[in-house]
Amino acid sequence: MIKLWFKSGSPWIWLNAAAVSTCMLMVVGVLGLVMVRGVGHFWPSQVIQFSYQEEGKQPQTIIGEKVDSSVMPALMAKSAGHKMADDEETLIQYLIKVGNRDVTGTDFRWIEERKILERSEPLDLMVIERREWGNFYGRLLEVKEAGNTLASGAEAWPVLQAKIVEALTIYKQIAHLEKKEIGAINYGLERLRLKQRRLQLDNQWDEAAKQQIASETAAYDVKYKEYQAQLATLYQQIRRHTLVAETESGAQVKIPLNKVVRVFQPNSMSIGDKIIHYVVKVVEFLTEDPREANTEGGIFPAIFGTIMMVMMMSVIVTPFGVIAAVYLREYAKQGFVTRLIRIAVNNLAGVPSVVYGVFGLGFFVYILGGNIDQLFFPESLPAPVFGTPGLLWASITLALLTLPVVIVSTEEGLARIPSSIREGSLALGATKLETLWLTVLPMASPAMMTGLILAVARAAGEVAPLMLVGVVKLAPTLPLDGNFPFLHLERKFMHLGFHIYDVGFQSPNVEAARPLVYATALLLVLVIVGLNLAAIIIRNNLREKYRALEG
Amino acid sequence: MSKINIQTKSSLALNNSAGGVHERWRLIKDSVGRYGIVVGGLGVIFAIAVIFLYLLYVVYPLFISATAQAVNQYSVPDSSKGKTLFLGIEEQNEVGVRYTDNGEVIFFSVQTGKTILNQSIKIPEGSKIVSFSQGSPVSEGAVVYGLSNGKAVIVKHQYKITYPDNVRLITPSIDYPMGEEPIVVNESGAALDKIAVIIGEKTSAIVAKTADKIHLSSFEKEKSLFADEAKLTRTDTVLDYSALDVADILIDKEGRNLYLLNKNGQLGLFDIADKSSPTLIYEQNVIEAGQAVTSSAFLNGDLSLLIGDSNGLVSQWSKVRDKLNHFAMQKIRVFKVSDKAVLAINPEQRRKGFMTVDASGDVGVYHTTSEREMIKERVVDSAPVAAAISPRANALLVEAENGKISFWTLDNKHPEVSIRSLWQEVWYESYPKPDYVWQSSSANSDFEPKYSLTPLVFGTLKAAFYAMLVAMPLALMGAIYTAYFMTSKMRQYVKPSIELMGALPTVILGFLAGLWLAPIIEEYLAGLFALIIIVPLCVIAFAFAWQFLPKSTLQKIPEGWESAILIPVIILSAWFAFTVSVPLEAFLFNGTLRDWFKTELGIGYDQRNALVVGIAMGFAVIPTIYSIAEDAIFSVPKHLTVGSLALGATTWQTMTKVVLLTASPGIFSAVMIGLGRAVGETMIVLMATGNTPVMDLSVFQGLRTLAANIAVEMPESAVDSTHYRVLFLAALVLFMFTFIFNTLAEIIRQRLREKYSSL
Repeated sequence: MIKLWFKSGSPWIWLNAAAVSTCMLMVVGVLGLVMVRGVGHFWPSQVIQFSYQEEGKQPQTIIGEKVDSSVMPALMAKSAGHKMADDEETLIQYLIKVGNRDVTGTDFRWIEERKILERSEPLDLMVIERREWGNFYGRLLEVKEAGNTLASGAEAWPVLQAKIVEALTIYKQIAHLEKKEIGAINYGLERLRLKQRRLQLDNQWDEAAKQQIASETAAYDVKYKEYQAQLATLYQQIRRHTLVAETESGAQVKIPLNKVVRVFQPNSMSIGDKIIHYVVKVVEFLTEDPREANTEGGIFPAIFGTIMMVMMMSVIVTPFGVIAAVYLREYAKQGFVTRLIRIAVNNLAGVPSVVYGVFGLGFFVYILGGNIDQLFFPESLPAPVFGTPGLLWASITLALLTLPVVIVSTEEGLARIPSSIREGSLALGATKLETLWLTVLPMASPAMMTGLILAVARAAGEVAPLMLVGVVKLAPTLPLDGNFPFLHLERKFMHLGFHIYDVGFQSPNVEAARPLVYATALLLVLVIVGLNLAAIIIRNNLREKYRALEG
Repeated sequence: MSKINIQTKSSLALNNSAGGVHERWRLIKDSVGRYGIVVGGLGVIFAIAVIFLYLLYVVYPLFISATAQAVNQYSVPDSSKGKTLFLGIEEQNEVGVRYTDNGEVIFFSVQTGKTILNQSIKIPEGSKIVSFSQGSPVSEGAVVYGLSNGKAVIVKHQYKITYPDNVRLITPSIDYPMGEEPIVVNESGAALDKIAVIIGEKTSAIVAKTADKIHLSSFEKEKSLFADEAKLTRTDTVLDYSALDVADILIDKEGRNLYLLNKNGQLGLFDIADKSSPTLIYEQNVIEAGQAVTSSAFLNGDLSLLIGDSNGLVSQWSKVRDKLNHFAMQKIRVFKVSDKAVLAINPEQRRKGFMTVDASGDVGVYHTTSEREMIKERVVDSAPVAAAISPRANALLVEAENGKISFWTLDNKHPEVSIRSLWQEVWYESYPKPDYVWQSSSANSDFEPKYSLTPLVFGTLKAAFYAMLVAMPLALMGAIYTAYFMTSKMRQYVKPSIELMGALPTVILGFLAGLWLAPIIEEYLAGLFALIIIVPLCVIAFAFAWQFLPKSTLQKIPEGWESAILIPVIILSAWFAFTVSVPLEAFLFNGTLRDWFKTELGIGYDQRNALVVGIAMGFAVIPTIYSIAEDAIFSVPKHLTVGSLALGATTWQTMTKVVLLTASPGIFSAVMIGLGRAVGETMIVLMATGNTPVMDLSVFQGLRTLAANIAVEMPESAVDSTHYRVLFLAALVLFMFTFIFNTLAEIIRQRLREKYSSL
């Protein structure tokens, strides 16, 4: 019976079906994992207070968020070095984010379920997001102004909220002054220095030039002093207020308000409050600069860098890809050579991306960039301008990488256009170029669009070549800003994919950074899945359209 | 093309008749457009070729041999001031130095041989110079003269570089690092016939041979906290060694090992780390009987000794720990330099290369690790007296007996690499045996960079192998089912979903593999193995049970929905596999499977290992293989399958006997393209392995692939250095790998397409 059943081949069919199911489960699983972890990061979780007693010690209080748990069978726990009683079958442990890195030295702590005496979620526990040392967990004691207590006990909380809003406004002003205004002055001074050097190199460094540069420098200096004075008063204001809080162990900690990003009491928040908190956090994530070695705050520079790079790349890859495809399909004589070229183009799609990175670094950065520097920027040598990895080279390298995608897709689109349409146009007396420009290309434009979208999706997710030609973990300035010439192609930039690699693997505090990496990964997945879906939809519509035309 | 011609002609005719400017303009535009597109199109395709050519262009200098060029020949400067004992060149190849047996130091222009400065060394009256030796390069030009009265003078030549009027000016001078007063080595005043010296930051030492004894005097510089001046503590000992035949004395720069070499090749190695009690730790004959040692020198780094003999052989000896953890001198390799005696060996100062001069005046430049003979040239015609190679190893001086000095320049940029050193086992200094090692950088130049690509290629193939092991069954079986058995409605959604998975950035897969999957696998290793066994079994059991369902239920569910039905089965059985594995593991392996592997089989476990990479990269490769294989199977002409079914074959028989056979080239090309992708994948391996370049087949060990290696090391390598070019070579190897796989796949696919259209 069983033998017969096996002979019928039915089990093999089922096994094949199982392979498909497994693949689907894997896809859904990975997307789901990224989704759940990424989305969950911003939700304010409850802060729990444990009363915890380690063997032979006094009970202690632990305050923190539960992050993870693990269940270990007794035998394994024993081999891992835990003491297990005979009747215990499993060892349950929780990973608690206890924060207060400045006090305890670590952010996280494993505790054992069996040693927990009591747990509660007191309403007055507060979480402080700080600009350094990570989160703080504890209770608010008082708010001070210039050393004098402003409010304490229950009244402290509303006062604190008001003062924090004030501090944040000042902080924004300071950031604006430091980054924008003073940044512009520094940039201007640097340009003046280069101008001077240039003039010296060209032997035009005469009295007039000297005076002009000196007067411009003086103007910058005046402005700079003015901003310095403003900054000094702002700093004085922001440092006036301090909060005093109590940690889990009862120690009192003073936190100046200029170090505070946000304070909240998750246990007393309503669902509505939590949703607002969540939205605020998501907005912060998308629009703010990173803090604390990229492990906190937002990823705006990475988003911006990715978009800039992808846009530059599209501008480069589209015309070249389309021209190559038009040449292959419309102008070249079909035969051995075109076949060879097609194989080469297909092949190129399979060449490892890191090889493109190596090529980009050697050819674009060192050879092209080095020569551009020699020719056009002698004043800044030996510091390289284009002779170092940067946005321009990254874009060109990725354009080369995605060229096959655009060529193949455009060719496919061109091939689908019935020849009757071309012949009709030619018969009406249009030249070849007019036929191409007025009838063929417009009809093939969705195909080009598909190709471009696929190219963009590939480029957005590619990391390996970028590591060689222009991505950095933290770029001090964006490639686009208010300083002339506004678009700085030579600058290095941040990238979402590299951000994931860097924060997830190179950061000093991987455990603390992990939720942020999941959130970044989620964003990247959403962008790429979205782009791919768009390409698929466009392609399907296109097919329908031509089916109708041919019919 | 013909169409275009007709069109052009017709519009020309039109043009002639009408003669309008507008018409002409249109035609001009048309031809400009045509040439623009042809030029643009060919340009793009040419750009693609440039990638390959550029990689070749960067790699090429690695394999060209070095060149040497004679620049000048001149008479020995101030030849009346004695015979040359030692020649030297400074860093910029401008100033040379000649020490004579009369105690004169003559600095001369390397280009012209004109004397720049002549200094006499202060030698006490009544004594004669009887021996001479050069300190190691770390002593920065220190040399020592041994005198007939048992004293020694240490002299140092040094160069000061200044830029008056933006022109480089090198001013030579001599200095006495241990004071101008000769140092007493032998109290009784016996002549020091052989001598050696090292001048270190803290320790300096002189080893000298009198008629029958070897004396070791060391000077320990001790800086006390309060006094400004350093205090020298001197230790004197006499070595317990027969000094009679000692021809050469060498001290390494750390002042730890002392090598005494006899004329007839007996080598004694002393441990002199403790200066008060030197101990003989090893003794061996290092040349063949009947030959004589004619020259010896340390290779850069002082980790191995080069010994030249009268037969023209240069052998490299390195101190290696043997199995019993004793030190022994091992002959690592031998160079046949000449048929005549090797008169001088001059090591390069920055690399593991050396220059030899033989009795007939032939100069050879060699590199030890790559075992390459870079240059072999007849530089002088008569027997050589002294030779020098510049610190940057780009110039050499040879003085011959006829009183002439020849100045040559060398172009020898990348001696470290040879086909052998890249792909075969190489015996590196201080290694117990030849090995494949990739270790591109080290803290200082004493240790040679080790550029063996073999461990990287091994790692690449290992990762690709495990990835294919995971991907191939899932992708191919999935493709078979999707193309042939699945209902078209479901296929419409399933295929794009799996293809979409291929668009996922690999950095995300790598991140999940490294930070999420690796710890899970480490914890539930047994569960994973249980999964592989239990899930297929459960599926088959479920399928078997399925046919016993009442006919009425079966009819309600159309064929081709097996996949959807199986999803809960797979989830449940996977969950079951993981739950059952925990007690099972404890019961069968008495703890964890991981520990069991370690204690019973001696297999270590890395958290980020080939298994994790295999799963993660398998995941990345599945869509590629699946998509292409599915296309190949789906486009098998329908009349073939219908015919087979009509002849009474079951669907499965049709599948295996007709469809798979017809589609097999397509499936093969799918696997090839998948393999190409697995070989070149960077981010996943970078994040999911420890990136250790080990050659270990174990699935629980890490690895380093070519691609990951490039990503890690490329940003730090100096432009045009050997390391940079070797990384380009790695990229070229990757390029070739994938190029071959992909071309093969592409050609097969095109053939298949033609076959289908003819069927």
